[in-house]
Amino acid sequence: MSESPPLRPAIQRLTSTTDASLFGQSQPDSFEHRLARAIEVRGLRKSFGKTVVLDGLHLDVAEGSVFALLGPNGAGKTTAVRVLSTLLTPDGGEVRVGGYDVVRQADKVRSLIGVTGQFSAVDNLLTGTENLMLIAELHHLERRTARRKLADLLDRFELADAAGRTAAAYSGGMRRRLDLAMTLVGDPRVIFLDEPTGGLDPRSRRTMWQIVRELVASGITVLLTTQDLDEADHLAGRVAVLDHGRIVAEGTPDELKRRLPGGHAELCFADPEALGRAAAALDGSCRDSETLTLRVPTDGTPASLMELLGTLERRAVRPERVTVQGSDLGDVFLALTGNPQQETLA
Amino acid sequence: MTTLIYSVRDSTTMLRRDIRHAMRYPMATFAGAMVPVVFLLLFAGVFGHALSAGIGMAVPPTGGYIDYLTPGILLMTACSAAEMTALNVSTDMTEGIIARFRTMAITRTSVLTGQVLGGLIRAMISAVLVVAVAVALGFRPTATVIEWVEAAAMFAFLAVAVSWLTVSFGLLAKTPAGANSLSLLVVVLPFISSAFVPTATMPAGVAWFASNQPFTPMIQTLRGLLTGTPIGNDALLALAWCAAISLFSYLWARNLYNRNRAA
Repeated sequence: MSESPPLRPAIQRLTSTTDASLFGQSQPDSFEHRLARAIEVRGLRKSFGKTVVLDGLHLDVAEGSVFALLGPNGAGKTTAVRVLSTLLTPDGGEVRVGGYDVVRQADKVRSLIGVTGQFSAVDNLLTGTENLMLIAELHHLERRTARRKLADLLDRFELADAAGRTAAAYSGGMRRRLDLAMTLVGDPRVIFLDEPTGGLDPRSRRTMWQIVRELVASGITVLLTTQDLDEADHLAGRVAVLDHGRIVAEGTPDELKRRLPGGHAELCFADPEALGRAAAALDGSCRDSETLTLRVPTDGTPASLMELLGTLERRAVRPERVTVQGSDLGDVFLALTGNPQQETLA
Repeated sequence: MTTLIYSVRDSTTMLRRDIRHAMRYPMATFAGAMVPVVFLLLFAGVFGHALSAGIGMAVPPTGGYIDYLTPGILLMTACSAAEMTALNVSTDMTEGIIARFRTMAITRTSVLTGQVLGGLIRAMISAVLVVAVAVALGFRPTATVIEWVEAAAMFAFLAVAVSWLTVSFGLLAKTPAGANSLSLLVVVLPFISSAFVPTATMPAGVAWFASNQPFTPMIQTLRGLLTGTPIGNDALLALAWCAAISLFSYLWARNLYNRNRAA
């Protein structure tokens, strides 16, 4: 369980650069700037009783971009989405969507947004068509426009065949697609997707990703929450890592990955004795006596690997197996949240 | 003005949703509508003989106990429909679709108004069944057409008032089972009124409560309109109670609906 030490120095470096680059140089709120931001959050705080869920959250999401809030369970992702979508009033701070205040101008915000939550917001007793028609009527769409739009959405989300069945009979993936289709009936400018692929099988997940990409291509701003690093990496232009109600890092997926020095090599040994000698020979390595592995930071180039193995060869220790891994968002995530338990990650 | 138009439009959309729900399980809906008929049969056929013998003086001169009983059963009909509304609202609140409604720029309470209107329709249908069965059992109303219309209006006001109250119960309870327990209040309260026996036959304390509780003037008004018993100021009192209960319950329900929900 002592695998994190080599990452520790990196954490310090990371958090300090985050503070400087992110909040230090935040621009003054000029009018033009506001227009370019679909979502603006300043010092958002929210507690339930004594539990602090959001502790001074700052966010900026540019119009037409995909922004991922990445964090483990209980980090405050859903609460953030609920505040942004006017379901919860914040305790403090300023929250604007499309330039409108979510508390004072809630109805303006509601006319701009669409929400697809973690728990599907469909009416189980209604059929797919009836669900979509209900939402179209609530948007006061003209009947003919509504029909055309419904047919188009059912087609696009591959629900045409199931349109006449009640939503209760839908599979998880179909339900999620119907949910998103309902969100799109009102032509929202900003969409919140709270764990859009949670609980979906890999194929449905891919379909969902494809849909999100198409949405963004049409100019919609998407804020999604996820605990899946892969998902954030694939979909989002920018990622903010949320932990205990605070943003601990923000940037493009590549920026975040780059902030960690290279990757690491994992050396597997036959016995504790060899492991001990190798650990003594290699600076900055981290040993796991249980699995007899040694984790050594490396940039993964052949030269550095040959040097690494050469060092061991000179001490006459030979690893059983060597695996090399580049840093992924997982490394970043673990380093930043200081949470070595992977159970909360997909 | 446009706000009002949208408000009406959103509420009718929600009403259609409620009707679709009811149509999806026609047997359950039908069973719900039959509950008051069962009460009518119980009181007319099982307890009716003993009760009418005990209160012989109070039975209207034109008919038997069934004439006295039917208006009381009509009140129970409204209460029974309202109980169903509480259950519907409470079940609805556990569904994700409500969260979607809350994030849409629609008339805030339209989903609740839709439920109340749906409840009103169920109550009306149920009332028609009750009157039909009552007539088959010997109920002989003396009402003119105008009195029938007035009675229907009285029934509608009372159904709406009780429904808004039970909508609040549905929102207040955390589970459908809790909503059911709360709405027992409106199901039991008619028993301590002039629905089944005149209040004068009750022990002093109970009689005082029964005469002064809101359901009694409503029943007396219905009874007067349908069977020609004296109404006096009961009609005014009944309308005042309906207005007060509706207003209070609407505001309460709106407040409950708007409050923040953790989780």
